[in-house]
Amino acid sequence: MSEAKGLKSWLTTTDHKRIGLLYFWTAFVFFLIGGVEALMIRAQLARPDSQLVGAETYNQLFTMHGTTMVFLALMPLGAAFFNFIVPLQIGARDVVFPRLNAFSYWVFLLGGLFMNASWFLPGHPAPDGGWFGYATLTERQFSPGPNIDFWLLGLQILGIASLAAGFNFIVTILNLRAPGMKMMRLPVFSWMTLVTSFLIITAFPVITVALVFLMFDRVFGTHFYLPAAGGDPVLWQHLFWVFGHPEVYILILPAMGVVSEVLPTFSRKPLFGYTVVVYSGVLIGFMGWGVWSHHMFSVGLGPIADSVFALTTMLIAIPTGVKIFNWLATLWGGQIRLTTAMCFALGFIALFTIGGLSGITHASPPADLQQTDTYYVVAHFHYVLFGGTIMGLFAGMYYWWPKMTGRLLSEPLGILHFWLTFIGMNLTFFPMHLIGLLGMPRRIYTYSTDLGLDRMNLWSSIGAFTIGLGMVVFVYNMWRTRRHGAVAGPNPWGGATLEWATSSPPPVHNFDVIPTVTSRMPLWDAQPPAKAPAEPVHVPPGSWWPLVAAAGLPVMALAPLTHTVWIVFVGAAILLYGIYRWAYEPFEV
Amino acid sequence: MSHAATTHHTSMGLDSRKMAFWAFIGSECLLFGTLISTYLIYQGRSVSGPTPGEILNIPVTSISTFDLLMSSLWMVLALAAVQRGDMKWAKVWLLGVAIGGAIFLGFQVYEFTSFVHEGLTLKTNLFGATFFVLTGTHGAHVTVGVLWMLTLWYRAMRGKLGPQHAVTVEIAGLYWHFVDVVWIAIFTLVYLLHK
Amino acid sequence: MPPFRRHYTSFAALSLGLLAACGGPFPQSTLAPVSDFGHDIDRLFTGIFWWAVAVFVVVEGLLLFSVFRFRHREGAPSPKQHEGHTALEITWTLAPALILVFIAVPTVRTIFKTAGDAPAGALRVEVIGHQWWWEYRYPDLGIVTANELHLPVGRPVAVDITSVDVVHSWWTPRLGGKRDAIPNRHTKLAFAPDSVGMFTGQCVEYCGASHANMRLRTFVESDSAFQAWVAAQRATPSAPAKGSVEETGRQAFQRYGCIACHTVAGFATGIIGPNLTHVGSRTTIAGGTIMNTEQHLHDWIADPPAMKPGSMMPNMHASPPDVTALVAYLQSLK
Repeated sequence: MSEAKGLKSWLTTTDHKRIGLLYFWTAFVFFLIGGVEALMIRAQLARPDSQLVGAETYNQLFTMHGTTMVFLALMPLGAAFFNFIVPLQIGARDVVFPRLNAFSYWVFLLGGLFMNASWFLPGHPAPDGGWFGYATLTERQFSPGPNIDFWLLGLQILGIASLAAGFNFIVTILNLRAPGMKMMRLPVFSWMTLVTSFLIITAFPVITVALVFLMFDRVFGTHFYLPAAGGDPVLWQHLFWVFGHPEVYILILPAMGVVSEVLPTFSRKPLFGYTVVVYSGVLIGFMGWGVWSHHMFSVGLGPIADSVFALTTMLIAIPTGVKIFNWLATLWGGQIRLTTAMCFALGFIALFTIGGLSGITHASPPADLQQTDTYYVVAHFHYVLFGGTIMGLFAGMYYWWPKMTGRLLSEPLGILHFWLTFIGMNLTFFPMHLIGLLGMPRRIYTYSTDLGLDRMNLWSSIGAFTIGLGMVVFVYNMWRTRRHGAVAGPNPWGGATLEWATSSPPPVHNFDVIPTVTSRMPLWDAQPPAKAPAEPVHVPPGSWWPLVAAAGLPVMALAPLTHTVWIVFVGAAILLYGIYRWAYEPFEV
Repeated sequence: MSHAATTHHTSMGLDSRKMAFWAFIGSECLLFGTLISTYLIYQGRSVSGPTPGEILNIPVTSISTFDLLMSSLWMVLALAAVQRGDMKWAKVWLLGVAIGGAIFLGFQVYEFTSFVHEGLTLKTNLFGATFFVLTGTHGAHVTVGVLWMLTLWYRAMRGKLGPQHAVTVEIAGLYWHFVDVVWIAIFTLVYLLHK
Repeated sequence: MPPFRRHYTSFAALSLGLLAACGGPFPQSTLAPVSDFGHDIDRLFTGIFWWAVAVFVVVEGLLLFSVFRFRHREGAPSPKQHEGHTALEITWTLAPALILVFIAVPTVRTIFKTAGDAPAGALRVEVIGHQWWWEYRYPDLGIVTANELHLPVGRPVAVDITSVDVVHSWWTPRLGGKRDAIPNRHTKLAFAPDSVGMFTGQCVEYCGASHANMRLRTFVESDSAFQAWVAAQRATPSAPAKGSVEETGRQAFQRYGCIACHTVAGFATGIIGPNLTHVGSRTTIAGGTIMNTEQHLHDWIADPPAMKPGSMMPNMHASPPDVTALVAYLQSLK
């Protein structure tokens, strides 16, 4: 870890490891915020006709819970690991564009703060159009306040952060691999990072355009989604879901990558069918573009469109299922050690399977007409995003914590965290399958006791607070380990990949000597240890310019929010000045 | 510029900055693709107001299109000059590209203002909305390109641009050519093939 | 068709017993369909569900077995480093593909069967979504009403759905699947209810502040009961007796501007809010959310936004005697 200390060294850092930690802590705080929003939702729904939280606040809570979890928690937690781990896994000293990396982080932080600032204005006009912001509800005439403006501007800012990171990781993974690290020797986590990055750079432009159209409708009076002038609200749905479906693969592939690393390590066996696991990830990335209208089966697109999307959706289940079988085969015949990381990875398989199966039921449009927009689909996506992504990310946290901090998290506390999470998660979300099939729609701030769903909703709410308890245990574990955690050596788990070939945490230059790789599992195939170099390794300095440039973006966003045009030029000037100084400052990696 | 991106060995043998820029161009294809698709989807669905046939001025726009194409030629010449170290001509061609781009923007401004006077604004109808957002986004890209070229020209004037920076000029050229190709697509689909 | 004929294979039969322990009855259950559309969906879902259960058992079973059987033991030898097995991998690629065929074929068949085209002679109903209530029109019968639909049992219905403002979605779970109500678009559903009863539903596409309070009731009744309802709906209410509290209420209805938003045949022609010509005969008010009792009507008129957040019907600050008169007038509109 860099020896520079102090606020300035963090504000100007261009070190992927520090940026990874910044992403981690920021994303984790947003995760807790999103969790509190969820607890408030479940507290309100614990009883029918509850008055705990009013309708408007509730609508803001579910909007912000979804938006926060997707864009401010799950994606950046993935980015935390892309940042810290991928350069180590490929045997590089940093990413290709360290300052662009820092820029991505600062834009993410500022975008998240921008959107959440809405909570603190008078009347707390937080976004309230749902995370999916369907027109025409989000148009000015139906949402006159600034709530939707905060949402669409915040998302556009966050989109830039994701795009920048996408470009950075594609080039890093393709171009900075250590000698001998052929593509088919790349760790699966790095492969999934590559596929995810391609999905990011192709999907985010679509949502950007969709949001620009909405912004123009709201600010300049265009009619992109307004039927009075011939516009079509369904265009929003198409554009959103053309982005939205690849987005869910952006959310799940990194976690699948983590699981593909953790399972072999704690089974003492290589990943079964590495090639197929990699190809199925790539295939899922491509096929994910062909399924978007399965989110629109109740729109009435017609039987032909419905049939086509039903079939493409079912097809994508095949590479997904293949991955699960490959993971099971990795376990088979192994020597399984049930560390916390392994428990979370196994939990991923168990729970993601359930989410995948409910997804199959959604893939059939007539069946989906009873499921969509009910708690059944809430169950589905929480099984894949919580039972899948979040469990996978926790596996990553327990697995890579020693590498990132030099200390091990407590295993007993970790196991407690795991069980509270696993039990809590199932208690929260399994009943939702039934609650949905028994007729409770989504996104309602209250429900009638006549539905007969009081008890199931109460169980679900109890489950949510159980998850919360698990998070408290985890936070305590993180805090405690700073002083009392066991010191980790370079490879506490006996992992096979290159991040374990250097100290924990790594020195600022990652490796004394860039290793030469001759297999997929360099540390298991007993490569000869590298000799220390004669000359010292150069480490780049920090830079202020990524932060300065990043600051231009929220300033620009203030213009539509305050209806003052000149502010956009001030923000653009800051951005361009920052970029100019960045481009021409001396910076050697 | 970042060192790792230049002289260090790269796994694929391609300069990292060039690779990143190609990825960026791929992303921009999706951006313009979405804008163009929306334009095409909404073609003919305006409820009132001027239609493309009534208001587009193809002869004038052909001139600005030609100007943009010529500027791409000058970009090629600028890069060749930088690569062979002929900074005198590099400055000429780089400034030429910037001016060519500025002329194109001038034509756009003229076109936009005359459309507004003829009753087509963003708000008028779907044609107005999709046309202005699509061509406006393209124009914003041209503007960024002009600023980029002026920056390179300025650095060259200060003696700070030379053949060792050829890759950065090549990347600027990639951007410029891409913006030009997008314009070809827009000119064809919006102007030449209007309903 | 006897309602329970298909249920012996249905998930519903198995689960309803279990579910009874968790609550119930479940008036908005999708698992107890009362229309052909609902049965078609239920049959399809049941088939897919059991395939999903089979896959679940296999996958979770293998997972649990592996975790226990291959638990790390001290001193055990290093595991065999298998990297792949082509035949196995082909098998577990083809097996899911085959299962998907068994799901895809009935899916596509059911898609076309339930595409919303009703047979000739179907009863035509137009559903128009508003924030936050449902407008119903029977174009062939000349009826306009709100929130409560009446249908004759056994007769096909052709539903045409649209919206005047934002996207809503029309759903009565027991009658079948939902369909979105989109401004400037007309979507359709077709079904024939097979059981007499009252079936509740609600809007199922987030549509703003009171999305949760946009509910609906469908009364499926015998043909004679339906005809009686139709006749009552088509009748124009007679003017209230002079000097009666109902007449005072009618004057208040005009004075407070209710006529600007509501229609009462022969008296008021507002179209922003629900048609109130026969509101007195409805079981609910305020978008199907509140039972239509004297007290509830009173509370509603006195302060609509307090009972329904974001309500477009403003608080007119009517005096208590006026509210009482209005209640009497509205209740007389049977």
